[in-house]
Amino acid sequence: MKNNISILSRILLIISAGLLVYSVYVPIWQIDLDAPQYPEGLNLKIFADKLGGDVEIINGLNHYIGMKTLHAEDFIEFSILTYIIFFYALFAVVTAALGKKKILYSLFTLFVLFGIIAMVDFWRWEYNYGHDLDPHAAIIVPGMAYQPPLIGFKQLLNFGAYSIPDTGGWMFIGSGVLMLIAVIKEVKFSKK
Amino acid sequence: MKNNLVTLAVGGTLIAAALQSCKPQNTSNVVTGNAAVKSYVAPGKYDEVYNFVSGGFSGQMSVYGLPSGRLFRVIPVFSVDPEKGWGYSEETKPMLNTSHGMVPWDDLHHVQLSKTNGDADGRWVFGNANNTPRVARISLKTFRTEEIIELPNSAGNHSSPFLTENTEYVVAGTRFSVPPDDVNGDVPINSYKQNFKGYLSFISVGKEDGKMDVAFQLECPGVNFDLSRAGKGKSHGWFFFSCYNTEQANTLLEVNASQKDKDFIMAVNWKKAEEYIKAGKGRKVPAKYAHNVYSDVTHSATSEIKNEVTVLNVKDFPDVCYMIPCPKSPHGCDVDPTGEYIVGSGKLAALIPVFSFDKIQKAIAAKTFDGAYDGLPIIKYEAALHGEVKKPGLGPLHTEFDAKGNAYTSFFVSSEVVKWNIKELKVVDRVPTFYSVGHLCVVEGDSKNPTGKYLIAYNKITKDRYLPTGPELSQSAQLFDISGDKMEMILDFPTIGEPHYAQAVLAEKIQKNQVKIFKIDENKHPYATKGEAESKVVREGNKVHVYMTCVRSHFAPDNIEGIKMGDEVYFHITNLEQDWDVPHGFAVKGATNAELLIMPGETQTLKWTPDKVGISPIYCTDFCSALHQEMQGYVRVSPAGSNVPLEWSLGTNQPKADGAAAK
Repeated sequence: MKNNISILSRILLIISAGLLVYSVYVPIWQIDLDAPQYPEGLNLKIFADKLGGDVEIINGLNHYIGMKTLHAEDFIEFSILTYIIFFYALFAVVTAALGKKKILYSLFTLFVLFGIIAMVDFWRWEYNYGHDLDPHAAIIVPGMAYQPPLIGFKQLLNFGAYSIPDTGGWMFIGSGVLMLIAVIKEVKFSKK
Repeated sequence: MKNNLVTLAVGGTLIAAALQSCKPQNTSNVVTGNAAVKSYVAPGKYDEVYNFVSGGFSGQMSVYGLPSGRLFRVIPVFSVDPEKGWGYSEETKPMLNTSHGMVPWDDLHHVQLSKTNGDADGRWVFGNANNTPRVARISLKTFRTEEIIELPNSAGNHSSPFLTENTEYVVAGTRFSVPPDDVNGDVPINSYKQNFKGYLSFISVGKEDGKMDVAFQLECPGVNFDLSRAGKGKSHGWFFFSCYNTEQANTLLEVNASQKDKDFIMAVNWKKAEEYIKAGKGRKVPAKYAHNVYSDVTHSATSEIKNEVTVLNVKDFPDVCYMIPCPKSPHGCDVDPTGEYIVGSGKLAALIPVFSFDKIQKAIAAKTFDGAYDGLPIIKYEAALHGEVKKPGLGPLHTEFDAKGNAYTSFFVSSEVVKWNIKELKVVDRVPTFYSVGHLCVVEGDSKNPTGKYLIAYNKITKDRYLPTGPELSQSAQLFDISGDKMEMILDFPTIGEPHYAQAVLAEKIQKNQVKIFKIDENKHPYATKGEAESKVVREGNKVHVYMTCVRSHFAPDNIEGIKMGDEVYFHITNLEQDWDVPHGFAVKGATNAELLIMPGETQTLKWTPDKVGISPIYCTDFCSALHQEMQGYVRVSPAGSNVPLEWSLGTNQPKADGAAAK
């Protein structure tokens, strides 16, 4: 009994699994671009398995600074991310079913680890795009790179770039928070 | 003594003031203090109203925003327009085709917005070609002319394009009566009375796609048809046409057509005519007229010549047309929002007759006729009359309405707009216009539910309104706020061509429907190039087809060799952009057919017959990007019979430059 988790924790895990499954079908991250000529803004949506939004228009503009064009098939992430997320959802359901504290703690640790790796990967991805520029590009500003911010705002020439989680991203974070609540609850409970 | 002096001084001032008020007014004393606030639209803000204004002798239609009076676009309709490549690109040339061949310049007088249940629905706007009779339908998604149909048996398509309340028909009444197309027209001009006929065309409009077809024509007595309006509400099913020259003169009309005290408004029971046509009572008559359609899928126009039209001679069907006497060569015959009152405007009259639809129906039922005109019953004037507006001004031309039971009539001769109450027939306000107003327009003022707080007067004489520009001046329009009891002038703005009729509609009905780009995947142009990899140059005998793309900031290909003298080169340019407001232009040196302008996702073709051996540059004519000035290329033209191979490239110098080859 001491090693089993509470009903509440089980419910939190089920909800968290639900959020994870749903996050695959909505954009996870977004990069908003604003410029004087684009009062309506340009929007890049990153899904678990594809890119959405104004990809073609952004690709068209990026050729001026010699940035590579974005194509979903160039990213190994898009072919595996969905499965990884489904794996964690399944993991959470299994944890809820078995109800063992140790499994819960491993789930949470692995999930946080995955979140960190994903952000590092995203940063690397942005770094490469922002720095690997065609030396024959029409616009070369010495010392200028075009790496979008990991999270937050950054001015890139005439474009202001905002990088923030989208619906799926918030669900992903929410799912982590629910797991965290379950972990705290169980840790406190066992100390009593 | 002192008192007397004061009295004298006060009296003198009053007399001077009274005398001053007798002088004609000018704008400085009719513009009120807050006019600027009322017509000011701050930067970045939108106007409330779209105003579609006929271009008159320019043959085009212009689009203004109100209340700012800012010009947004000139839509090419019946005239070539270099700004848009209209009539220059191979794709648009067929739009200006007629049974007489290509007509590059016509005269557009009237516009009307498509209607559903008697209100503007924001789908299309129609325009008439006055000289070579045609009607055009313009899409309000693209602000481009989509369709033009020519009218047989007509000349001077003036009482057009007026619509029934659900856009079932757009009508076109001939101004000039002429001998019909299927008889020998080689007759003495003074045989007008025997040989000349007036035709009214009823053009059906497709409910969904707007496609036009001459459904039937009514053969009427030879007179001049001037303007027309459909009934609405209770009078739906009827059409009213003003007629002048009922004297049937064929020369010096200014005298000979002004003899009779009264001409007519002809009331047409078009539902009845439609029944006769459906019952097969019309006769099929050989004719020759063009029907031109532009497709946003093939990005091309087609022109088809039609050979037959169905005609109903109204003399044989006495319950279709009735003549209502109307003073002095009527111009406007406008129907109020309820459909009950028909306002006649005799160009030379000093009163405005208002007819009642109910009374007209009673008179027809009771046969209260006063003889016949060329076989058509004349309804007794008094039997049709609701009443006359006495001494409204001189020379009423055209009337529109507000939602409060008022009518607004333009007066050309006395140069003013007069507001009067329809039921009471009483003048309530008048304002001067500068100078000599023709048509006026109230926002949605011809509909069942006028929405406007604005009235615009389109004047015929400009004189000293603006900074002078030599002998030829722009026309002047004035905007009035009519939301209060008094009409207030709030803006004066110059216009394009010579506006006759115009219509205005709330912006929200149109704004949301705008096409921003054409999807490249849906482009069905036979010479579309849907990617740079597909670009190529194909020779077919002496015809050379260049499948070229453009995208910021290059053409593909941009180097072409192997063109020879005697070739006909067709540059089919596809704009690969898929973003709003990124058109590209195209020009080649020496092309006698000007340039192209290509919208995102569209394909347009420029035909070029090189006339000189050498290098001809090509470039983009629409500033598209920071590297627009780099968007250029070369075409090499060699002598006829030369063996320079046909080659094209982008980004590589091919074939090798002569200097490199010499090494």
